[in-house]
Amino acid sequence: MTIERRRAVADLLAERGDLLLVAGLGSPVYDAFAAGDHDLNFYNWGAMGSAAMIALGLALAQPDRPVIAITGDGEMLMGIGAFATIAQHRPPNLSIVVLDNGQYAETGMQPTATSFGVDLAAVATACGLPDVVTLQSNNEIAALRTRIQARRGMVVAVLKIALGDQPHTIPLRDGVEIAGRFMRHAATMP
Amino acid sequence: MNQHSVIPSADVGQVIRPWQRDIHACFTAADITHVPFVPDAGHKGLIKLCEADPAVTTTVMTTEEEGIALATGLWLGGRRSVMLMQSSGVGNCVNLFSLLENCRAPFVTLVTMRGEFAEFNPWQIPMGKRTGAVLELMGFDVYRADEAGAVGDTVRGAIDHAFFSRRPVAVLLAQRLIGRKDWSK
Repeated sequence: MTIERRRAVADLLAERGDLLLVAGLGSPVYDAFAAGDHDLNFYNWGAMGSAAMIALGLALAQPDRPVIAITGDGEMLMGIGAFATIAQHRPPNLSIVVLDNGQYAETGMQPTATSFGVDLAAVATACGLPDVVTLQSNNEIAALRTRIQARRGMVVAVLKIALGDQPHTIPLRDGVEIAGRFMRHAATMP
Repeated sequence: MNQHSVIPSADVGQVIRPWQRDIHACFTAADITHVPFVPDAGHKGLIKLCEADPAVTTTVMTTEEEGIALATGLWLGGRRSVMLMQSSGVGNCVNLFSLLENCRAPFVTLVTMRGEFAEFNPWQIPMGKRTGAVLELMGFDVYRADEAGAVGDTVRGAIDHAFFSRRPVAVLLAQRLIGRKDWSK
């Protein structure tokens, strides 16, 4: 049993309130946009490996708002040290959701290291993050959303998603516009 | 005679240098509330000052790349940071700098230089020779402080420049500010 990524992302972002989203490059950017554009979506089109750390900065700067990074296994693997760094702080309002299909979808479905056995949830646990789950079913997403919104402890969730690519739904690409819109809506523009 | 003993240890024993206190005072004045770093001996005293300051959060990172992302997230959330690293770390960051350029995110890094003066370890030289050029190539405004008395003013200007004008700024802190590394111990 696996999770359908578009449905899972839409479910996580439903009734989101002031949830701040960092979407990792490639498919998670498309998934987030397909769920509905939002001023508090930071579409991270590049800088591969940075999604979780951008979300850490946001979570530390905005402790009263839930912050979520939704990224892919390939992007998370490139910045895998972030688990060790984030474990110093463990902001209770931060969640990292990894959409793991073991593939680099953007570049032609080449296998990632998770295909060869790397367990990102085990890595996160070994780095000292206390609340790590691996989910296999669409039915588990609603409960995850409730935990993320509660901000009662940092959560890492690895979602085992179905193989294959999705239609590319293309949001804003201009970084100044993405950041400016985000900061105006979050009221963080100096 | 041990060949290492001919290298004078200068003031390497000094834990917190006056120019590091000047930098810390700049952080306080400019509302810098987060200091991510990958450690360098040249930043040792400043790191101690930041860790002891209740107004500053510090983060030790596994790679300097993380600091670009962390600073951007903090800025998106309304907080100011300054990242500390050594010259070798600049090379680790190159593609991450695209995040700053695309978002016009303000960013300040203080880079302690290796590989430029009385360097004992030749492995530091390739990146040390190109640190400023790499930063310039990636769009940074690059300042440099060679004299202890100029450090505070240079860092103050760098922080203002970055946050007033939304620029990526690096301050290169000359290896001579730190003194020669004592390889005999």
